[in-house]
Amino acid sequence: MTLVCRNGRSDSLVLEGRLAGGECVAVTVTDGVVSGIEPAAATTRVLAPAFVDPHVHLRSPGREDEETIASGTAAAAAGGYCAILAMPNTDPIVDSASVLGSLVAAARHDALVPTGFMAAISKGLDGGELTEMAELADAGAVAFTDDGRPVASAGLLRRALQYGAVTGRKLALHCEEPTLARDGQVHEGPVSTELGLAPYPSVAESAMVERDLSLAAYEGRPLHLMHLSAAESVEALEAAQARGVAATAEVTPHHLVLTDEAVRGLDSNVKMNPPLRAEADRAALLSGLRSGAIAAVATDHAPHSREEKAEPFEAAPFGVTGLETAFAALYTHLVGPGLLPLQTLLERMSAGPARALGLPVPAVEVGARANLVLLDLEAEWTVDESGFRSRSANSWLLGERLRGRVLATVADGRVVHA
Amino acid sequence: MRHLLSIADLTRDEVERILDSARSLATVDERLPTLRGRLVLNLFFESSTRTSSSFELAAKRLSADVMSLKAAGSSVDKGESLEDTILTLSQYDPAAIVVRHAQAGAPQLVARWSDAAVVNAGDGKHQHPTQALLDLFTMREALGPLEGLHVSIVGDVLHSRVARSLLQALALVGARTTLVGPPTLLPRGVEALGCETATEIEAIGDADVVYVLRMQRERMESAYVPSLREYAARWGITPERVRPGQLVMHPGPMNRGVELDGRVADGPQSLVLAQVRAGLFVRMAVLRELLAARPALEVVA
Repeated sequence: MTLVCRNGRSDSLVLEGRLAGGECVAVTVTDGVVSGIEPAAATTRVLAPAFVDPHVHLRSPGREDEETIASGTAAAAAGGYCAILAMPNTDPIVDSASVLGSLVAAARHDALVPTGFMAAISKGLDGGELTEMAELADAGAVAFTDDGRPVASAGLLRRALQYGAVTGRKLALHCEEPTLARDGQVHEGPVSTELGLAPYPSVAESAMVERDLSLAAYEGRPLHLMHLSAAESVEALEAAQARGVAATAEVTPHHLVLTDEAVRGLDSNVKMNPPLRAEADRAALLSGLRSGAIAAVATDHAPHSREEKAEPFEAAPFGVTGLETAFAALYTHLVGPGLLPLQTLLERMSAGPARALGLPVPAVEVGARANLVLLDLEAEWTVDESGFRSRSANSWLLGERLRGRVLATVADGRVVHA
Repeated sequence: MRHLLSIADLTRDEVERILDSARSLATVDERLPTLRGRLVLNLFFESSTRTSSSFELAAKRLSADVMSLKAAGSSVDKGESLEDTILTLSQYDPAAIVVRHAQAGAPQLVARWSDAAVVNAGDGKHQHPTQALLDLFTMREALGPLEGLHVSIVGDVLHSRVARSLLQALALVGARTTLVGPPTLLPRGVEALGCETATEIEAIGDADVVYVLRMQRERMESAYVPSLREYAARWGITPERVRPGQLVMHPGPMNRGVELDGRVADGPQSLVLAQVRAGLFVRMAVLRELLAARPALEVVA
């Protein structure tokens, strides 16, 4: 398992803030390691283990106009992240050890924040043949996914699960039954009916979630469900977990905050796959996140050029950015109104995703590598197109006023944002 | 009213005003000076016969300068973006842009990028508001007040912008709508838009007007119905299925013998050609409503 970032001197510093438990402390970092935690004067700033994002599109190689390893990891640093996982649906696709090797090498030069790479499950992401998964695992693949597309063939998914015994890596699955989703654009419901946009029913996701969980149960292998959007998917996940299936899942900030009502304005910055769904779905996702059935918040950060998103809604590509707004969006919309405890949010953005994908769990403790985020919960700011470190600005939050700001991020012992 | 992008942009009063205005325009047989010196731009990114021709003629009857562009043969063909096309053509200061586009939401973007009044002449499967207005006009001419009228819309509602606009427009004026068609072509939860649904063709029996939608061949290919033959047998509008006194409408172009039997289309109960004629007057009324209220700046020598 490989997380890589550019070399640099580990920092020595002192950060003061209130821990999740409530006590205010001064954390001393020496040569990148937490060397002391002392009581400190009361402060409203919050100090927490830095965030981990299991689902990021860095667009490199192929679309460096939209994002690079350097810009994407700078965005991650600004968002409070100390580790991210990049998706393999690039051009070329990360389906061979040579492509993966070149990315790992590039990340050693360019990545501000430790970055791991997922590799494809199927060659060319076409669902036909397995990639050389063992070699890819040796070359540093953190997990395997065909994200952006489902593994349509149940037979192929079964083989990939079985092969996991060799690679020791998890499969991360984009669940979408293609003949049900078809050319679907928005959640099937009153909004799709009224707007005349091709409907993408929630059963297109949940039917696939159920199939994938059945296969995982049958093979006794773990899997990770990406960007859940439907209440029925959460139900299926909880039922499988209760039966002992080693399934984890993630949910995005936009699916936790918005519903398909947001699509009425036909703004392409609320177009993503899976689509925004109904209020009952949103409530189920939130409840799953609260209970822990959904272990992780994942941004599914998907940068797109301004030109692509300026196409009419139906022609615009799926995807929104999220690294730089995730914490503030969820703090403002969920913690602020009392729908989610702050401590739970911090856990689901850090230890939750780290455990789900088998990454080192960030912790504020003496002797640990320093992976810290310092947050100002009182600060208000307006999401502005010009303020992003990301090369793309296709945020669903443009113009919105948010509360909660990342003041500083320490990733693998280095101050990457302050 | 700044633009006409969707029936949802209109109040009931505005609808009545446009229909009244169309009625008075229908009695005038000379060219009116209303839009002299002003430019109406017709941008058809998707093929159209009756809508594009009637918008063109409507603008000419109001003495506007008219420029009609189709995607084929224009710079759109060469890959120019919609935004660049609109910014370019906006340099001619059009008073109105009439736009048809294969994708929902395109007219909204045009309205954002241009100062002109934008008329949606059909976007994807979303809206076609002037079609709904001309349909209301045709019904009112034939049957009188629209309140309480019962209209049955038959066929492929799922893929029809005509059905969506008409359904909204009928609800706005207090008419009752029943959608009839194969369950695979009725959008899930469409009742929430204020209509009833039925899958048996007998359900058209009560309606004052049977509004027949075009059945597209590609729907059959994507398995929405098993065959056009089965569709025609179950849901085709034949003389036997039309009750005396019932009126029949179709937005065109028709597939004779599929959704509508030629004997009905050409028969005395058909309003199909009246709809085409109404299109001219209603589009004149819409352009006048949008532009006459916003006179061009007078140039003082």
